[in-house]
Amino acid sequence: MVRFIIRRLLASIPVLLLVSMITFGLLWLVPGDPASIFLDASATAEALDRVRRELGLDRPFLVRMGEWYLRLLQGDLGTSLLLNRSVTEAILERLPITLSLTAMAFVLAVLLGVAAGVLAAMRHGRAADQGLMSLALLGLSLPEFWLGLVLIWLVAVLVPIFPAGDYVAFAKDPWQWARHLALPTFSLACIQMGFVARMTRSSMLEVLSQDFIRTARAKGLPEPYVVLRHGLVNAMVPIVTVMGIMVGALLGGAVVTEQVFSIPGLGRLIIGAVLSRDFPVIQGGLLFLALIYLTVNLVVDLLYAVIDPRVRLG
Amino acid sequence: MTNRASFFRRLLSNRSFTIGAALVGLVLLLALLAGYIAPFDPLKGNFRARMMAPNPQHWMGTDQFGRDILSRVLHGARISLQIGFMVALITAASGVLIGATSGYFRRLDGPIMRLMDAFMAFPSIILAIAISSVLGASVVNVVIALSIAATPHTARIVRASVMVVREMEFVEAARALGAGHTRILLRHILANAMAPLMVRMTYVFAVAILNEAVLSFIGVGPPPPAPTFGAIIANGRDFIVAAPWITVAPGLAILLSVLGLNLLGDGLRDVLDPRMSVNTR
Repeated sequence: MVRFIIRRLLASIPVLLLVSMITFGLLWLVPGDPASIFLDASATAEALDRVRRELGLDRPFLVRMGEWYLRLLQGDLGTSLLLNRSVTEAILERLPITLSLTAMAFVLAVLLGVAAGVLAAMRHGRAADQGLMSLALLGLSLPEFWLGLVLIWLVAVLVPIFPAGDYVAFAKDPWQWARHLALPTFSLACIQMGFVARMTRSSMLEVLSQDFIRTARAKGLPEPYVVLRHGLVNAMVPIVTVMGIMVGALLGGAVVTEQVFSIPGLGRLIIGAVLSRDFPVIQGGLLFLALIYLTVNLVVDLLYAVIDPRVRLG
Repeated sequence: MTNRASFFRRLLSNRSFTIGAALVGLVLLLALLAGYIAPFDPLKGNFRARMMAPNPQHWMGTDQFGRDILSRVLHGARISLQIGFMVALITAASGVLIGATSGYFRRLDGPIMRLMDAFMAFPSIILAIAISSVLGASVVNVVIALSIAATPHTARIVRASVMVVREMEFVEAARALGAGHTRILLRHILANAMAPLMVRMTYVFAVAILNEAVLSFIGVGPPPPAPTFGAIIANGRDFIVAAPWITVAPGLAILLSVLGLNLLGDGLRDVLDPRMSVNTR
């Protein structure tokens, strides 16, 4: 197991390097002068010079890259052009909000998705199966930000139980925090819920058709026990493998959902930076999201190796 | 020939495929004919018809400038479907190029796949937003951004099927007959890797429509006044309670297009690649 962990950690080094290079290279994609794109046409020569210096554009490419990596190793992502503060600080301040939204949507998507998938597999070919699968397909065809807006409208007009937008910190009032995050969590979870339901169903159908299930039934085990203990546990393996990808998709969706519900998380920071061309914040945000994704995938791979010995020995 | 005929017969008897094809066909037709069937100019306002709820004259109502929402949605469908189609084509081309190279030439496999892993570490929608904002908002740049975001996964799928086909005996036979790398790749391997690619392309098309809407909604899509789905929704957002139809109509149009493409993809997958099938009946 230790050897597997070391091998897996070593394998992630080249990917980390490439991720940081892509992030760094983003500034290089800017057509023309990034400083004059950040400032508008009326900017003075001094202001342009100052921004160029801040972005390091007055120095040669390789020197700039070297400096970037040196600072990166110290956890320094530079200074925001717009907010005039450390990018790392600004991100860390908002990260918990985005992570809690992502985590709640993840839990909701897995719980409801797996439940729907199991139910559909047990009622294979019947009305419940078709209904649930149509719902799952609908869920994964919905634009999540639009669903958020429609929920805001429905809730504002019909059932004003949940507040439509804004955010209350957990430390301040846990009940209000949960109420404020309920709608964003649901609209964010919808797409992934659809995917999980479909995957669970097909995986369950495959497992349930195998011999050991027939044996379990023949032994006279109660049906719920057969389906859950023998069926679901085995059917979950392919779902565990895509959990890392799910977290990536949810993180991306959270950025957009925050925009719809006015939640002051990492997403609003990044999109604010995107709209004002605040390049250090865009780069920092991208790098952070990629790091979270890679970490989650590392954990998933290790989990997988714990579940399935063939992985760590192979 | 009989093979091909039975393939089409199986496609047509697949319910997902037929419903999906009908939906996509309908949306495509409406989008192509937008210029003829849209009752109003999608860009021209009318002060006497501002914020009107759906009525016999304006089936989907009007916005704060009195622009007809139905006309805007129809023209929006044209832009969004064009972008989605271009993204699917470009992604397929780049995915085949990268995936086939990686799957066929073992030496290049490691480096190329690490690069794809690195690209996949960014949430694809965020990568697209960042690229689109850095390049500047335009239809072409949106297509580039969405294609870059969708390519790594496509390359992986092509690579996986190339690696399977590469080991088959008929490829060895072709090599023994003196066929070069290019000929083997194009004539023998890629021809047999088409099925998963076609399924992937319909999903890329669907996701591109969804993501283009997000880009436009955020404000890094095709520049205004282009009536893309996302731009109409972004405009309707401020009037979500007073005039919900501005937001609801384009969203339903997205839902219809994406649902159609997803059904089409499901049907194609069931017929082309029975092992991947969700239906075990």
